[in-house]
Amino acid sequence: MLVGISSFAGYIPRYRINRMQIFSAMGWLNPAIIMNAAGDKAVANYDEDSITMAVAAGMKCMQGFNPADIEALYFASTTAPYRERQNANIISGALAAGETIRTADFSGSVKSGTAALLSAIEFVASGSGRNAMACASDCRIGKVGSVQEMVFGDGGAALLISCENVLAEFKGAFSMACDFVDHLRGENSKYDRQWEERWIRDMGYDRFIPQAIQGLCDKYSLQIADFKKVIYPCYYGGARKNINRRLKIDSEQVQDDLMMDAGDTGSAHPLLMLAASLEDASPGDKIAVISYGNGCDALYFEVTGEIENYKNRLRVTDSIRNRQDLDNFQKYLAWREMLPVEIGMRGEEERLTRWSLVWRNRKAISSMQGTKCLACGTQQYPPQRVCVNPECGAIDQMVPIILSGKTGKIVSFTSDMLAATLNPPAIYGNIDFEGGGRLMMDFTDCVLEDLKVGIKVNFSFRIKYVDPKRDTTFYFWKAVPAKEVS
Amino acid sequence: MAAGIRDKVAVLGMGCSVFGERWEDDSSDLLIEAFLECLDDAGIEKKDIQAAWIGNHIDEISIGKGGCYLANALHLPLIPVTRVENFCASGTEAFRGACYAVASGAYDIVLAAGVEKLKDVGYGGLPDSPIFGQLSRLLSPNATAPGMFAQLATAYSAKHDIPMEKIKQAITHISWKSHQNGAKNPKAHLRKEISEMQIADSPFVAYPLGLFDCCGVSDGSAMAIVTTPEIAANFKPNQSLVKVKALQISVSSGEELSYNQWDGSGLLTTRQAAKLAYKEAGIKNPREEIGMIEVHDCFSITEMVTMEDLQISPPGQAPDDIIDGFYDLDGQVASQPDGGLKCFGHPIGASGLRMLYEIYNQLLRRWPEDRLVKDPKLGLTHNLGGVPSQNVASICILGLD
Repeated sequence: MLVGISSFAGYIPRYRINRMQIFSAMGWLNPAIIMNAAGDKAVANYDEDSITMAVAAGMKCMQGFNPADIEALYFASTTAPYRERQNANIISGALAAGETIRTADFSGSVKSGTAALLSAIEFVASGSGRNAMACASDCRIGKVGSVQEMVFGDGGAALLISCENVLAEFKGAFSMACDFVDHLRGENSKYDRQWEERWIRDMGYDRFIPQAIQGLCDKYSLQIADFKKVIYPCYYGGARKNINRRLKIDSEQVQDDLMMDAGDTGSAHPLLMLAASLEDASPGDKIAVISYGNGCDALYFEVTGEIENYKNRLRVTDSIRNRQDLDNFQKYLAWREMLPVEIGMRGEEERLTRWSLVWRNRKAISSMQGTKCLACGTQQYPPQRVCVNPECGAIDQMVPIILSGKTGKIVSFTSDMLAATLNPPAIYGNIDFEGGGRLMMDFTDCVLEDLKVGIKVNFSFRIKYVDPKRDTTFYFWKAVPAKEVS
Repeated sequence: MAAGIRDKVAVLGMGCSVFGERWEDDSSDLLIEAFLECLDDAGIEKKDIQAAWIGNHIDEISIGKGGCYLANALHLPLIPVTRVENFCASGTEAFRGACYAVASGAYDIVLAAGVEKLKDVGYGGLPDSPIFGQLSRLLSPNATAPGMFAQLATAYSAKHDIPMEKIKQAITHISWKSHQNGAKNPKAHLRKEISEMQIADSPFVAYPLGLFDCCGVSDGSAMAIVTTPEIAANFKPNQSLVKVKALQISVSSGEELSYNQWDGSGLLTTRQAAKLAYKEAGIKNPREEIGMIEVHDCFSITEMVTMEDLQISPPGQAPDDIIDGFYDLDGQVASQPDGGLKCFGHPIGASGLRMLYEIYNQLLRRWPEDRLVKDPKLGLTHNLGGVPSQNVASICILGLD
């Protein structure tokens, strides 16, 4: 049975900090960070985290596919917001994947992205189901002024694994696990802590990456030259060059590591690079994907003729182009709670989440499931039992309809300086859903000048609020003005 | 349609506290202040009151639940007291309870009170509270009142193709007018005349509303004692009687929020309440027959669109009427002769009764010459509670004899 990738997407958040800006702010403390000061660091908006970025990638990945067909969803991250409460379930709910699926969170290492991917592949290959999604994202933070702060970037990726319409067949994998501690983050730490950089570079990347690639080649009787692309993360430019030279990885084979556009996105990074490589792939291409983190997974894919049907769906590239400078380093610090800021007493109001109420309304919340009246055809949101059409009013004649993947249109809007937010002014307004239904909702990833009554919006799954007292992050959809990305 | 209560209820007396930042006073002090004036005006004794209604919105800050607070504050003599709450129409709801009690014949003399103590919130504006329940908190933006009402401007501009600059000019005139009127009112919270330039240049609170487009968040109380016209005539022989000509309330059905017909440029509930109120009062042409109005100018844009919802300005014409001075104190239909919510202030539960207090005293020509409406004819009050997409509108029309 042919098993492999049938859809893919990457997501890089809209905001970028030019690394020179961090150097300008923090070079006084650590002049050595100038070594990493080139390019952009992708920054999740104040209302994004690893869950929302996985959903963003997953939504793109599922375009043209029925989310109800997903039978397993595996999520990988080292920065998942919940330690207990399955993060993958929040994602599968947002994607409207249905409730009779297998889900799991993968963590503990940035190698977890490929672990999730392999599990999804094995789920389908074993015949447990026909489709599985592997998604990964990370939103890691380094201490202010650290190298990690410079090199980490935020982003996510999602891959649909299937035995149908496979555009990159999974051919095999080689894995190695070592308790090689070049860096670590304990249970109570917000920030990464690492050993000497030379050790990470020379005893880490420089040894494990070649071992993994060689292991894969040996296992499947391949030469490195057989691969069209060799994908591996390594944010040390020098070490990367060295590995390529030693392994005779030709410059054509090197997949751009996105360090200039985004940064090291952790668990997501090999998957994100893989998604980017598939955008340019041709039938017959062999691709090697290697992760790195307390060992490695090396995966081997071969592109099929199906890729031709997929050419018009460039995705990672869109995300890269949709960029906005975050020209304020302090804003980044405030968003990541690295700088305590005053957002006023409105921001201190109680945010107790009433979970029984959330459960009852879970579909309306997670995937904006609305209702459509069988009597008059009116589509409505929030879900109704009594038809809202004044001419109809039928009771309990409703069928569910999922609105999160539809577009909307602005009816009215404002930008509010009074509302409590970490990104003032709060922008919100009334939105008409394509096909019917209306909601007053938050807007995100935009400024007032982007808005006009009548323009189109897309919906993005975001953090609605954070309740620090009860360590709860609550999610809902927000409107993002649809933009032509040039 | 039932006959309604036209001319079945007369206002025997009214009272109103000074509105403002009453740091030293509790809700009970505000209630007592209004009550003393009201009782004196009515010419009755406390024991004559047979039932009472109290309007209040943010109960956890003001008076708590139920009717006990009013009964205790005034030590009413073991009579029925009911607390009503319908957002910014709570004061008018209290008045409605009292009027219906009299009109039904259940009681002869009834007290309607409203109070709100907003300055104990701790910050500017209204407190952030889940006014539509916990589910809406999960779906709706973490919005504020100015942000909700500001959206009327963007939708109105799109509907009528009127540039935002002209809308800003009209709403600036609205606030300027309210400051002119409020400056003459000794009980008003904001009593300073300010220039249109100051208003237009004030910092944005919620686009396109600036600081001076927003009403005062105040402490205050207002009250009425109502009875039948016959009893009122006995208490006040040979005096003009102020009678209730119409009292209507309309509540959103959910159509604005979940259906797609409402364009967001005006209020469906105000239109409905106005239609019913004009019918109850026998008004055919409101622009000609109404002489003064107290509308719910929580924000200047609300006042602007309300002029069309009340059928006083034709659709798309409110900005012109406003700029032309039609609603100024010396205009054809004086709007907010007391300074409105904008300058008198907006203690939510008291506002409906405060508007009636103004209309009542204008009709009885009790104010100094310089703040009297030229030709009061019938007077209309209008409250709007909630937000434009989900709200309560109340309309009350008062007239002489």
